[in-house]
Amino acid sequence: MKNYDIVIIGGGPAGLAAAVAARDAGTESILVLERDKMLGGILNQCIHNGFGLHTFKEELTGPEYAGRFIEQLEERNITYKLNTMVMDIFPEKVVTAMNREDGLFEIQAKAVILAMGCRERPRGALNIPGYRPAGIYTAGTAQRLVNMEGFMPGKKVVILGSGDIGLIMARRMTLEGAEVQAVAELMPYSGGLKRNIVQCLDDFNIPLKLSTTVVDIEGKERVEGITLAKVDEKSRPIPGTEEHYECDTLLLSCGLLPENEISSQMGVEINGITRGPFVNESLETNIEGVFACGNVLHVHDLVDFVSEEAALAGKNAAAYVNGSREENVSGREIKIVTKDGVRYTVPTVIRPEFMNDTVVIRFRVGGVYRDCYVSAYIGEERKIHRKARILAPGEMEQVVLKKSDIEAAGDVCEITICLES
Amino acid sequence: MIDVTIIGAGVSGSAIARELSRYQASVCVVEKDEDVCSGTSKANSAIAHAGFDAMPGTLMAKLNVEGSKMMPSLSKELDFPFDMIGSLVVCTDPETKDALNDLLERGKKNGVEGLRIVEREELLQMEPNISDQAVAALYAPTAGIVCPFNMNIAFAENAAVNGVEFKMNTEVQDIRREGDHYVISTNQGEIESRYVVNAAGVYADAIHNMVSENKIKITPRKGEYLLLDKSAGKHVNSTIFMLPGKMGKGVLVTPTVHGNLLVGPTAKNIENKEGVNTTRSGLNEIMEKSAQTVKNVPYREVITSFAGLRASGENEDFIIEEVKDAPQFIDCAGIESPGLTSSPAIGVMVANMLKEMMNLQEKDDFISERKGLVNPKALTLEERNELIRQNPAYGNIICRCEMITEGEILDAIHRPLGARSLDGIKRRTRAGMGRCQAGFCSPRTMEILAREVPELDMNTVTKSGGKSTFITGADKEDL
Repeated sequence: MKNYDIVIIGGGPAGLAAAVAARDAGTESILVLERDKMLGGILNQCIHNGFGLHTFKEELTGPEYAGRFIEQLEERNITYKLNTMVMDIFPEKVVTAMNREDGLFEIQAKAVILAMGCRERPRGALNIPGYRPAGIYTAGTAQRLVNMEGFMPGKKVVILGSGDIGLIMARRMTLEGAEVQAVAELMPYSGGLKRNIVQCLDDFNIPLKLSTTVVDIEGKERVEGITLAKVDEKSRPIPGTEEHYECDTLLLSCGLLPENEISSQMGVEINGITRGPFVNESLETNIEGVFACGNVLHVHDLVDFVSEEAALAGKNAAAYVNGSREENVSGREIKIVTKDGVRYTVPTVIRPEFMNDTVVIRFRVGGVYRDCYVSAYIGEERKIHRKARILAPGEMEQVVLKKSDIEAAGDVCEITICLES
Repeated sequence: MIDVTIIGAGVSGSAIARELSRYQASVCVVEKDEDVCSGTSKANSAIAHAGFDAMPGTLMAKLNVEGSKMMPSLSKELDFPFDMIGSLVVCTDPETKDALNDLLERGKKNGVEGLRIVEREELLQMEPNISDQAVAALYAPTAGIVCPFNMNIAFAENAAVNGVEFKMNTEVQDIRREGDHYVISTNQGEIESRYVVNAAGVYADAIHNMVSENKIKITPRKGEYLLLDKSAGKHVNSTIFMLPGKMGKGVLVTPTVHGNLLVGPTAKNIENKEGVNTTRSGLNEIMEKSAQTVKNVPYREVITSFAGLRASGENEDFIIEEVKDAPQFIDCAGIESPGLTSSPAIGVMVANMLKEMMNLQEKDDFISERKGLVNPKALTLEERNELIRQNPAYGNIICRCEMITEGEILDAIHRPLGARSLDGIKRRTRAGMGRCQAGFCSPRTMEILAREVPELDMNTVTKSGGKSTFITGADKEDL
C-alpha cells in the first residue's frame, strides 16, 4: 500500500486549490485523484467568461481559470492521477481507487480532502410526469455535448429550472443555433445569479416564467412537446394555466446535489440541508483529518469562493499532518445557529482555539428578502448588522467573524446568524 | 420455411424460445422494438410471486407456482439475479383479517409452501417500518425478487446461442394461412412459418385477431412506479403487499435485487398500447397508498418514475392454447401479473405443446448454461486486478453512480444479441440506472457505442432505437 500525507479526492477547482495551498503550507507528499481524463473538473465545459474576478482580478473562461491552477500544481510538482475513480474511503483514511493502468489499489493517507463536487438533480427526482423519450438532458450534460464534443442535443428547447447552468445553456444553445423558447422556474424567484438572468435571458429575449413547472412530456421516442403550467404557493400546478410548447428538447437545471456517497459510507455526517458534510472552522468533518471543500461541501455559485474555501481546507490539512496544529485543550465548541431566513451556514461549529484571526461564515437565505439586515450575534451580543438591499437563494452570502470578538465574548456557546428587518 | 416463429421477445417469448431451442427445429423470434425486453417485461414489479393470489385451478395459479419453484435453480443456470427475500401481505384493518386466512388457504391449494400468518409483534420485528395500523400479515418465504431485464435477456441470449434467430425492429403487419403454413408479413418482408406462437404482450389481441374469427381483447392496464435510491433500499426487508383488490395486488413496497426501493404500481385500464407515460395523479396515488402498509418511505430519494402496461385479458387467466380456428397457431396471451414469475413455466408448457404437435427431437448439443456479464464488484481485489490486467477496460469506470466499467459495457455490446442503444446497455449493465440517471455517463456511453458498433456514429446512437436519437446535428449547423 502506498502512503501519502494528503490524498485529495477530485481534481476540479476545489481539489486543485486545496493541493496548491497544502503544498505551500509545507506538505510534500500530496496525491490528487481525478476521475476524468483531465484536471479542472466542470470548469472544462464552462467555456463562457466571468470566472476569476475575485481571485485573479480579471475575467477568464472556465478552462482558463482551471488552467491557472493546473499550472500552479505543475510548478509545484504535485502528484496526480487521471482517469482514476475512488471506489471507497475507510475511516482509517485508506482510499481505494481504480484505473486502467494500476488496477484496483489502496492508499494510506494521513489526511483526506473531499473535493468531489456535485451532480445535477435528474428528471426522475423531480417527479415530472409524462413519457421518457430521448431529448431530456440535465443542463450540464447538454453543456458537455455542445462545448466539449461539438454536438447539438436539440433544436427547439425549453428549459426547466433557472439555476446558473440552465441560464448559461439558454444563451449557449441560442448562440449555437437552437431556438430556446422559455425558461420555466418552479419558485417565484430565480435560482441563478442576477447577472446571468440579464446576460443570458434578457439579452436574448428568452422569457423567464416564474412559478411555472413542466406538467407533461410528450413523445415516445424523442421529445415532441411539453406542457408548462403555473403553480400555486405550494408548488401545485394550477388547472387551466397549461401552455403547450412544441419542442424536441427539455433541459433541466433544477438544483445540484453534493456527491457524498463515499463520504457517507466512510461515516462522515451529512447536513440534510446542504447535503454536504457538517464541518468546523477548519472545514474538518466529524472524522478527524478528513476535510471537505467546494461543491461537495455546499453548492457554490462562484468558483472564486470555491478556490478560497479549498485553500483553507488545504492549509488546515497540512497543519493537521505536520503536527503544527494546536491541541484543542479546552475542547470548547461554539455552535452556529441559523434563524429567520438563513437556511444553513458553513461551518456549523467554531472551535476558538483553532480559529485564524477571522472566520468566514457562508450561508444562503430561504427566500427573496429586500432591504433587510444580515446580523451575527455572538452569544447575546450583536456584532454584525449589515444592510442588504436584496438577498436571494441563488446568491451565496457571507459574514466574517473576528477571533478577537469571540474571545472578548467570554464563554458563549452559540453564534446566531439571522436576517433582521 | 421456418418451423416456429415466435412473435415478441419479451420474457414469455424469450422463455419459449429458450425451451424450444432444446429441440431440433428452426426457430425465429420477431420483435417490433430494437431490443429484447422492451415492453411489459421491462417495466413491472420485478417480483417472483409465491403463488397464493391466483384462483386454484387456473392456469395462472399452476404456472405461477411452477415458475416460482423453478426460479432458484434457473437463476443459477442462466446467471440472472434472484433473491428469495419473502413477501408479506399486510392487513391493516382487523375487520378484514379473515381475508388473510382466505389467501393462506388459497395458497395451500395452489401448492405454495411455507405460508403462515404472522401477528403484529413478529411483523414489527421483521419489518420495523411497517405501518402503525398493521394488524397481521401473510408471510410467504418462497417469494422473491428478480432482475426482469437480465432474466429476459438471459432467456434470449441462451436461445440465440442454441440457434434461435432473433429479428429485431420487425413489426408484424399481417398473418395469413397458405396451405400447411403461415405467411407473416412484416415491415422487413415476409416470413413463412409452419407454426406461430403469439407472445405479443399488449398486442397479442391484434396478432390473434389476424388469424381467428373468435376475436379477443387485451386491455393495457397501466401501472406506474417510483424507484428510490439505494440509500432507501433497506427501508423494507421483504416485498410488502396490501391485501389484494379487484384491480390487482395494490401498491407494493419492495427492495430490488440491486438494492433500490421500488414502490408501485397503480392500476388503470387505458386504450393506448404505447401509453407508458406517468401521470401526476398516478405518482401521488403511489405515495398515498404505500403509506397504508409502510411508513416513512423517504420519497425525497426518488431517482426515477416509470410506467408499464399489464397485458390484461378478459377472463382473469392466461390464454395459452392452440387457436381453435387457426391450427398450428398458439396463443400466449393475457400474460399479466404473475407473468414474469410464470414465464419459465410458460416456456416449458408451450415448448411441450409444440414438441407434441411437431414430434420434436432433442438436440445433442443444447447448451443449458448461460454466463452473464462479469460482476467486478463480486470479485476479490486480486481477481479484479487480474481482470484489469487482461482487459484494462475493466479498470475504467464509466457509470459513476453504479460503478460500471467500460469492460462491462463492451461485453454488453459484443455478447450475443448485444446492446445497440443506451437503454440496451442500461438494462444489461445498469450503467445510467443510478442516482444521476445517466447525466454523467450518457455522453461517454454514446461514444463507446459509436466506436464499437460499425453502423452507428454519434448522430445515430439512440436511447431505445427508432427516432430516439440524442444528437440533432453539429454546433452552429443551423446558424
